[in-house]
Amino acid sequence: MSSKTINIIVKIWRQNGPLAKGAFEEHALKDISTDSSFLEMIDVLNEWLTIKGLEPIAFDHDCREGICGMCGAVVNGTAHGPDKETTLCQLHMRRFKNGDTIVIEPFRSQGFPIVKDLIVDRSALDRIIAAGGFVSVNTGSPQDGNTILIPQHVAEQAMDAAACIGCGACAAACPNGTPMLFLGAKVSQLALLPQGQLEAKKRAINMVLQMDKEGFGNCGNERECENVCPKGITIRNIARLNREFLKASFTIDH
Amino acid sequence: MQLDAKIPEGPIAEKWDKCRFSNKLVNPANKRKYEVIIVGTGLAGASAAATLGELGYNVKSFCIQDSPRRAHSIAAQGGINAAKNYQGDGDSIFRLFYDTVKGGDFRAREANVYRLAQVANNIIDQCVAQGVPFAREYGGTLANRSFGGAQVSRTFYARGQTGQQLLLGAYSAMMRQVSTGKVKMYTRREMMDLVVVDGVAKGIIVRNLVTGEIEKYSAHAVVLATGGYGNVYFLSTNAMASNVTAAWRSYKRGAGFANPCYVQIHPTCIPVHGEFQSKLTLMSESLRNDGRVWVPKAKGDKRHANDIPESERDYYLERKYPSFGNLVPRDVASRNAKQACDEGNGIGETGLGVYLDFADAIKRDGLDVVMRKYGNLFHMYQKITDSDPTKEPMQIYPAIHYTMGGLWVDYHLMTTVPGLYATGECNFSDHGANRLGASALMQGLADGYFVLPYTIGNYLATVPPVPTSTNDPAFEAAANEVKEQVNKLMKNTKSGKGGQTVDHYHKELGKIMWDYCGMARKKEGLEYALKRIPEIRAEFWENVVVPGSGQELNQSLERAGRVADFLEFGELLVRDALNREESCGGHFREESQTEENEAKRDDANFSYVAVWEYKGQGTAPELHKEPLTFEYVIPSQRSYK
Repeated sequence: MSSKTINIIVKIWRQNGPLAKGAFEEHALKDISTDSSFLEMIDVLNEWLTIKGLEPIAFDHDCREGICGMCGAVVNGTAHGPDKETTLCQLHMRRFKNGDTIVIEPFRSQGFPIVKDLIVDRSALDRIIAAGGFVSVNTGSPQDGNTILIPQHVAEQAMDAAACIGCGACAAACPNGTPMLFLGAKVSQLALLPQGQLEAKKRAINMVLQMDKEGFGNCGNERECENVCPKGITIRNIARLNREFLKASFTIDH
Repeated sequence: MQLDAKIPEGPIAEKWDKCRFSNKLVNPANKRKYEVIIVGTGLAGASAAATLGELGYNVKSFCIQDSPRRAHSIAAQGGINAAKNYQGDGDSIFRLFYDTVKGGDFRAREANVYRLAQVANNIIDQCVAQGVPFAREYGGTLANRSFGGAQVSRTFYARGQTGQQLLLGAYSAMMRQVSTGKVKMYTRREMMDLVVVDGVAKGIIVRNLVTGEIEKYSAHAVVLATGGYGNVYFLSTNAMASNVTAAWRSYKRGAGFANPCYVQIHPTCIPVHGEFQSKLTLMSESLRNDGRVWVPKAKGDKRHANDIPESERDYYLERKYPSFGNLVPRDVASRNAKQACDEGNGIGETGLGVYLDFADAIKRDGLDVVMRKYGNLFHMYQKITDSDPTKEPMQIYPAIHYTMGGLWVDYHLMTTVPGLYATGECNFSDHGANRLGASALMQGLADGYFVLPYTIGNYLATVPPVPTSTNDPAFEAAANEVKEQVNKLMKNTKSGKGGQTVDHYHKELGKIMWDYCGMARKKEGLEYALKRIPEIRAEFWENVVVPGSGQELNQSLERAGRVADFLEFGELLVRDALNREESCGGHFREESQTEENEAKRDDANFSYVAVWEYKGQGTAPELHKEPLTFEYVIPSQRSYK
């Protein structure tokens, strides 16, 4: 951890509410430690704005260790910034050079109305889960965990899908603004496991219907989503979602 | 304040059965007439919301984030304990109970811990049924790993993301209830006060974080699942929004606060890098299964770790604790790291760090195997530090992680305010003075899935099933107090006054807390902190600058409210630490140590839960004691040698 500092310029999106007109604001930042995280750089900017009597940038963030899925912005055109498989909070300033200009915008998608500055409303993702992203089992006395045997490689594949943090970067990166990688991840996790079989058809159909209702687009195989996914979730999961959806459309018992 | 723990009579293994049988029941047709407020959607809150919804209650669930899935339980890495004994290595409910009571340094309630160990097995079954992708053996059975403070392998895990997977299980169960309408979800709401009517909890006041509106909600019972208060130290492994406000406001409304000085300092975190650092990142304790902790034998040795030969390294945990080695409990590991650094053997630029080395594990098991177990943790470490743990040892240092103290609750998880419950990290009940690894997930889910749903009915059965309302003047009065506080915090806005930001005061408080009430505490330091904290608080209220307005999304204002409460709560934490003149678990008083620098308990004088009662602004809180008695695990000097 050898620390040095850089001077940068940030062009950052300001928008005071969903219907307000937004615009970029430019700030020069001096002596940013390269060991700082990207969000710590915004912290520094906000402290400075506050002292100047100006309003700090509103941005979502919480765990700052890349797992809660709360943070996210488009940095120089890429959701979560330039590093592969990295959330914005885990992006570090050593990735930038002295004199760089960094453009920061909110995640944009039809289904994510802007709340303020970099904060967007991703509650559509919760409604999609509520439409079917679960196994209907009440709390009580289920059978012993080891009575459901799951081959290791299947458990691992399910885990690969389950790693989704629900950040919404997939929808922000997609030209069609679709969170199908998000849906694919949940549908895959449960389609791979025996526990998810009973409701597989209903799940695939209801989650996709809800997605449509939220105003998101559809997958056009551009693969931008897997490119920005901080958890490395592949579009194989979208393929599985499509198979599950098709299968269900033909065979569901109404 | 009356402290009646309501622990059922009889042998320990029968207490929970007895309690469940003697509890009054609410008949299924009446359940739909009751409303329950649950604040927080982490493991404890989401599991309780899901289960109460399934039972037929109407749940109002609140969270501070944009989605209930973000709660900080999600960041737990290592695993969850249960006494399944799948490995056939001698585990049992009694052993899990025994290890947890001992690990807590004999400062937890035996009955609660036994119940925790009893229901732990159900948790695993429940989570498997939900589709939580736990790690599996080749034959398809559930896999286990070892954790600190235990000599059996009883920890279930989903890679290094166990908290995430368990939380998503509870979250999806809760979202299923949202879709049925049994749970109504309120996101981006922060609880600002508890409403007590005639001595009974009847509702809460929240701030809508998007509109700034102060909103009132009523219910037949209120459950706090609002997590821990580690952020009183500013730097901790907690999420940025984790705070004490809900618990603290409830304390000021009559809920006793128990053992606030019991703070867990996690031994394996990434060391501090600079003054703009906003949080500390934990590296799972599971790393100590294969990683070896060491420092150079020579003081101030500045050579690169890889250039220091084996004979010049001190694997101090293995040397001092041959039977547990690197898997000693967290408090012991943290204290030893501090000691090594205090003695001048610390590593890194600041000298505040020790090595955690995987070279031997890689040599023994191969890089593949090691990466399969810890790949995501190594990845995260490299992101943050720019150093590859497969090529050079990790640098780690202890950091504030978990708070064992919290609102006092009885065996039913009810606080001293009737109708107010506290679950998960927010209560004090199960971990004593030190929590063992993989026990937090166990407790959060035990409380939410398997304890509260049984005990809350016993209370609700005594409350008439009539609709609730926010008409009582107590709601208006509490809401007005919240509005007044917002105005007070905003008084310097646009006044041209050259004050300081919220973070400035938070850092100042955090530094006092860490320096004088951190890993080692002594009388003089604690007294100094007790003098300094009110000074910082006064300065904060005088000079803090909060930009923007109260009637909109205002993150500075949110933080200001939290820091205002930390500035009051920190004082109580220090007061509790000063009162407890013994060392136990995470609470190390320098005056009370054995010849070998281990924590020295004083069972004759301190075998009690310290419960603090609020006595009004400017008046010292009153200390009440719940004596702790041990019938099954006889207190002894903990030894991990």
